[in-house]
Amino acid sequence: MTAQPHLDTHLKASELARCAELCRLALPRAEVVITPQREVQVTVAVADLYAALAWLRTADGLKFSQCMDVCGVDYLGFQPTQPARFAVVYHLLSPTQNLRIRVKTLVAEGQAIPSVVALWAAANWYEREAYDMYGLIFSGHPDLRRILTDYDFIGHPLRKDFPLNGFTEVYYDATQQRVAYKPVDLPQDFRHFDRVSEWRGMTGNAHLAETDHAFKREEFE
Amino acid sequence: MANTPTRTLELTLGETLERAQATLAQAQTAPKASPDQPFTLNFGPQHPSAHGVLRLVLELDGEVVTKADPHIGLLHRGTEKLIENKTYIQALPYFDRLDYVSMMCQEHVWCLATEKLLGIGLPLRAQYIRVLFSEITRIANHLLWVGCHALDVGAMAVFLYAFKEREFTMDFYEEVSGARMHANYFRPGGVNRDLPQGLTHKIAQWNTEFSQNVIPLLEGLLDENRIWKQRTVGIGVVTPEEALGWGFSGAMLRGSGFAWDIRKSQPYECYDQLEFNIPVGKNGDSYDRYLCRMAEMYESCKLITQCLKRLDGDLAGQPVKIENYKISPPSRHDMKDSMEALIHHFKYFTEGFHVPAGEVYAAIEAPKGEMGVYLVSEGGPKPWRAKIRAPGYAHLQGLDFMARGHLLADVTAIIGTQDIVFGEIDR
Repeated sequence: MTAQPHLDTHLKASELARCAELCRLALPRAEVVITPQREVQVTVAVADLYAALAWLRTADGLKFSQCMDVCGVDYLGFQPTQPARFAVVYHLLSPTQNLRIRVKTLVAEGQAIPSVVALWAAANWYEREAYDMYGLIFSGHPDLRRILTDYDFIGHPLRKDFPLNGFTEVYYDATQQRVAYKPVDLPQDFRHFDRVSEWRGMTGNAHLAETDHAFKREEFE
Repeated sequence: MANTPTRTLELTLGETLERAQATLAQAQTAPKASPDQPFTLNFGPQHPSAHGVLRLVLELDGEVVTKADPHIGLLHRGTEKLIENKTYIQALPYFDRLDYVSMMCQEHVWCLATEKLLGIGLPLRAQYIRVLFSEITRIANHLLWVGCHALDVGAMAVFLYAFKEREFTMDFYEEVSGARMHANYFRPGGVNRDLPQGLTHKIAQWNTEFSQNVIPLLEGLLDENRIWKQRTVGIGVVTPEEALGWGFSGAMLRGSGFAWDIRKSQPYECYDQLEFNIPVGKNGDSYDRYLCRMAEMYESCKLITQCLKRLDGDLAGQPVKIENYKISPPSRHDMKDSMEALIHHFKYFTEGFHVPAGEVYAAIEAPKGEMGVYLVSEGGPKPWRAKIRAPGYAHLQGLDFMARGHLLADVTAIIGTQDIVFGEIDR
């Protein structure tokens, strides 16, 4: 007995459609889709990003007054290949309209993204984090420092070309009487076990298993 | 390292004297701070009321805070990077370790995000067990918060009473998962195993005792306590506009009078079938948030009662995980008889299940506020990107504006009211 997917049952299809329609009208150059998971996603060019976000914040009938999250994504090696290496993703929430929206923009390496700290104060640390983790540059940010990594850290750890082991490790140096860095020295590198097989069912989408007759509980009872 | 000269740390008497004289000379020649310059104070990272590893660079004018610059990341473990290299089930235990005082709620958000991408629903009993343990977790979290917050401002007794009760919630964790804290109990597709026999009765007994005697006891210690009120009323006031702009959620938003709770407005699992209220504050100060969270504990007790009633009633004996063995492992019993079950079990724990390509954002009302996961999947058994949206991150960011103009001693009270845990902030 499996229930229907229960997520986001509060969202009426008409509400989603209304939100998407308003976005399409106001942002003609943006790509607006409602994903199969019932989320409104707006993809805009970097040049249109600030205007689009500023509009979403105050638009009548939307009013996305909360910026819940800003994060970077590195698409290096992603299949299918994306038009640019990085994406910056904004998750906005409208508590008055009970709506969420995702705004995405694709950016090339080194391309500056307009900072939205002036729109939502909350974006400050999120943009700092995206800078720290991916090296994304937010122009107009009041204080673009690293935030999560150590002082004087080199590199951007969430980039796909940054190894999981890292480059340096810390140890306590007894002669200097402080914590110091040295190159990572592990007896064995982190091993990526690729166990992906052509085994039926696992390689396809999981929901296909519903029709898989190879294994049914009833057969054993 | 074999050739590195090691130095003995024992000093001779003469060396000690030399050091003392050098320090004295340095102190005498150091430039005096000019009265015009702000006094900069390092708070933490090893300060007991910093709630973990917070380094706070404070600028003071006398004893009044003019700027607070939190330096975070001392507990940064690269959780998101690690998750990218793990299967969906291997990533789950990392969530226990994010907000390590409300473990199962973090697992919950990961399960929801994964299930959303998989497009699966849960058996009703699994949903009720999840909600039951989410609410037990909420109480466990609020008990730790009220204990530590009171301790920060000088009340020792509350801490002792609260931690005694918290032990019981840990015991319930242990009964279902075997672990007192890092449970790894919720799984994509349900929960790991059914409740052991007799647990519902134990929870019901504790729940009654807790709501009737323990919360009133804690309230009796604090509600009208003169010192408590002096330290919290009017401290760290947040207006609703500020709360929205700074991305606050949970009690930090409700304390300012904004009625917003994801369990009500965007219900997940079976919350829409349950009755509970959302306590809302009025003044947006630390005291109102205290009242909100205390009232939330009563509401959690009500939710637990309702869940137990269903679990012992019409939902007794029903499955606790989805019966799709591509997503949940077959039972030990099945594996004894069936080759297919053995294969499924092996593939589940080695290759893991494949999640369709796409991206989702799932959010829950964690005890501290909105906990979200943004998940990007390429289609394989490992996530491409998992961004964890932690409520404490946004709250700590607001420390600067909340602490400005307050006295130095109020900073600890504000950190206390924000319910900061570094596991989730630094990730």
